[in-house]
Amino acid sequence: MIDPIFILEAVVNGILLGGVLALLALGLNLIFGVIDIVWIAYVDLVALCMYAVYFLVALYGWPLWLAGVGSIGVGALLGVLVHLLIITPILSSPPINQLLATGGLLFFIQSVATLLWSTDHRSLRVDLPTIELGGIFISFTRLLAFGLSILAMTALYLFLKRTYTGTAIRAVSQDREAIALMGARPQRLYLVTSAVGGAMAGVAGALLIIQYAVHPYFGGAFGPLTFMICVLGGLGNMVGAFFAAFIMAQIISVGGVMVSTEMGYVIAFVVFIVLMFVRPGGIFAKRG
Amino acid sequence: MTALRVVGLVALAAIVLVPFLPLGAAQEYIWHVIIQIFLWSLVGNAWSLMGRFGLVSLGHGAFLGVGAYATVLFWNFFGMTPWLGATLAVLLTVAFALVVAYPCSRFQVVGHYFGLVTLAVGEVIRLLIVAERDWTGGSLGVSLKTVSTASDWWTLQFADKRVFYYVGMAAWLFGLWVWWRVDRSMARSAMEAIGEDETAAASVGIRVTRFKMGITALSAALTALGGALLALYLAYANPDTLSGIGVSLRIVFAVVLGGMYSLLGPFVGTALTIALSEYLRIYFGIKLIGIAETIYGLLLIIFIIFLPAGIYGSIADALRRRLTRSPAVVART
Amino acid sequence: MLEVSQVTAGYGAFTALWDVSLRVASGEAVAVVGPNGAGKTTLLRAISGLIAPRAGRITFEGTQLAGRPAYDIVAHGIAHVPEGRRLFPLLTVAENLKMGAFLPSARAHFRESLERVHTLFPVLAERRLQRAGSLSGGEQQMLAVGRALMSRPKLILFDEPSMGLAPVMVLRLFDLIGRVREEGYTILVVEQNVRQVLKLVDRAYLLEVGRIKVEGRAADLAEQDFVRQAYVGL
Repeated sequence: MIDPIFILEAVVNGILLGGVLALLALGLNLIFGVIDIVWIAYVDLVALCMYAVYFLVALYGWPLWLAGVGSIGVGALLGVLVHLLIITPILSSPPINQLLATGGLLFFIQSVATLLWSTDHRSLRVDLPTIELGGIFISFTRLLAFGLSILAMTALYLFLKRTYTGTAIRAVSQDREAIALMGARPQRLYLVTSAVGGAMAGVAGALLIIQYAVHPYFGGAFGPLTFMICVLGGLGNMVGAFFAAFIMAQIISVGGVMVSTEMGYVIAFVVFIVLMFVRPGGIFAKRG
Repeated sequence: MTALRVVGLVALAAIVLVPFLPLGAAQEYIWHVIIQIFLWSLVGNAWSLMGRFGLVSLGHGAFLGVGAYATVLFWNFFGMTPWLGATLAVLLTVAFALVVAYPCSRFQVVGHYFGLVTLAVGEVIRLLIVAERDWTGGSLGVSLKTVSTASDWWTLQFADKRVFYYVGMAAWLFGLWVWWRVDRSMARSAMEAIGEDETAAASVGIRVTRFKMGITALSAALTALGGALLALYLAYANPDTLSGIGVSLRIVFAVVLGGMYSLLGPFVGTALTIALSEYLRIYFGIKLIGIAETIYGLLLIIFIIFLPAGIYGSIADALRRRLTRSPAVVART
Repeated sequence: MLEVSQVTAGYGAFTALWDVSLRVASGEAVAVVGPNGAGKTTLLRAISGLIAPRAGRITFEGTQLAGRPAYDIVAHGIAHVPEGRRLFPLLTVAENLKMGAFLPSARAHFRESLERVHTLFPVLAERRLQRAGSLSGGEQQMLAVGRALMSRPKLILFDEPSMGLAPVMVLRLFDLIGRVREEGYTILVVEQNVRQVLKLVDRAYLLEVGRIKVEGRAADLAEQDFVRQAYVGL
């Protein structure tokens, strides 16, 4: 059997991974919950933000923290562009068309990235120490990323709960006409939602580039996982996605240590499929 | 409509005769491209059997992959003739499809959820292929063990591409025939009713689960056949070209481009995308990798927004309206 | 204050209102009654901007409003309490009220408006943190009215406020609407409950199959004939 200390380490790493996955899922879920469209290309937008941070640091010499902020801006801008150019024309199309439109965007982003930056893997080497805590080794980078994700998610929560616009965004997903009767413009709320979703992608991108290498098919690696987390938590259910992220991260991390990295993912995906059949609305199904 | 029929027959004759036409030095290449078009059209038609009824699968790469890999591995490891191996591969894929389709149908997994579940399934297969690298060669793929350089019907390995041309064509025509039969069957009306309102359909006595599973099994079987033939023809299988989300999306794209609701839509779409890709490859050489996909992605987006019925579908609709000028006819939505 | 002139409106191929005209003076309380399907809801939706009229004019305090979007019309001072209340079920009572004050002009006076609503409807203050979807029918109606008040309107449109309420609640409700009226708001109520609403308002219109059939002072119309007509229309 494997030394329990490795399992413990895997659990801790699972929690740290869960934080970032939760961030990814939240952005996607926000957009789906409000606008009712799944951005199949969401993680590819994250990849674009990763590239942005990479180039800002590697090419223009920006300090990392500033590039991170820039990434948020890039993400928000991408969110707005996608909403205006692609989503708005297909708002009333059947779901298949919506899936295909954002699927086409996925293709487009992946291939433009290949065109511009080739298939080379690019990463930012961040020299941060490894902490040792009772026999387990934790990468400070991961810890930092985890902390910042929690911060970002808290900021999102406060935005949605406390501000007028945030509350209106929650309201528009419940009753679009009624919120218009209060003086809010649904179209504008959708735009803000897309911008915020994009900004979350920007944060995720900044946090991921310091842990993983980016390449044009990064979306293919993390994308399916992010969707599954969203579906598992109940599409549109932010709290559900939050917990589902940690559950999946644990399976991947511990499974990865106990069998192999790929099998960790396989097991997680199979668990997902099984859970989908047991609870098709997601394990925390709240929405009707 | 006999004019159309004549045109159709002429086109068919042309396709049948291609291997005997003098096409110059590039003839082997042209055959190669057309074989690919045949096989991918088969897969496209198979996908559209589900897609047209609202069962939008983003994971058909799974069926393709199982069909392809099973056939190759049966031969490589057990020396099983592909006649048997491919058949077994298809049956295996159907069994797998039923296992996945049953809970989906039973628990009413539809729309977005269905798309994402199939996406997960597609990825599971791809990951399994990569993970079990001892048998499958992992990301590097696996080559079909060649027997000899001659043509051999037992192993379905042919030195002469033309044999495969006709094999591919036969398979494609078979797929068209199946599609056509489904189109004219009770199953079609049932599936359309299910697609519109499952509960209502069930209340009228339609066995929803049975139909959904049946269509899925059929779609999976044809896809697996396509996968098996592709693997046999290319004598090589790779997890990224024959499974995974990239392939799945590409299939969907080709069908949507050509038109999901028509018989020849998938063929038109596949022919266009493959022709485009080959053209771009020749034109740009290795200089601009990714340009084909970039254009695909852009086209897909544009088509979804402006021409949801696809190229062939839109033209067919327009023609039909021209040819059946009857003011009393109420437009079919 | 409000002048609806020869408005024709409908949904798709269906026309619900034909050449409808009515007026509401500042400070008045006016009712529009009529049977089911008469077009009463369509009328309010046309005024508040949820649908655009096909023909005719809608003037409010001198401004042309016909065809403008809903979020613009509410900014001009018309609040609409929709049919079925249309609360945000997953938001709390407090959040629903907050949304009522979404307009910048309303936000500036949020505290003041909120206090006024709490005074009128104390139960809303008690249940501030409760999800709107879990309130009783009567409480929901109060919240819907309170929410409309938060936008500091001049004219309030009530769409079938008594719908779905128990008879006891209906009496309380009209009492409350009366109090709202006393606070100084101009009111336009659409109702099927003719008897009750005529006790509340100054004037009334009878709308039948999309056309105004009768118009008059509430006191005059509260006779047998008119009431019978409205009910027989049902």
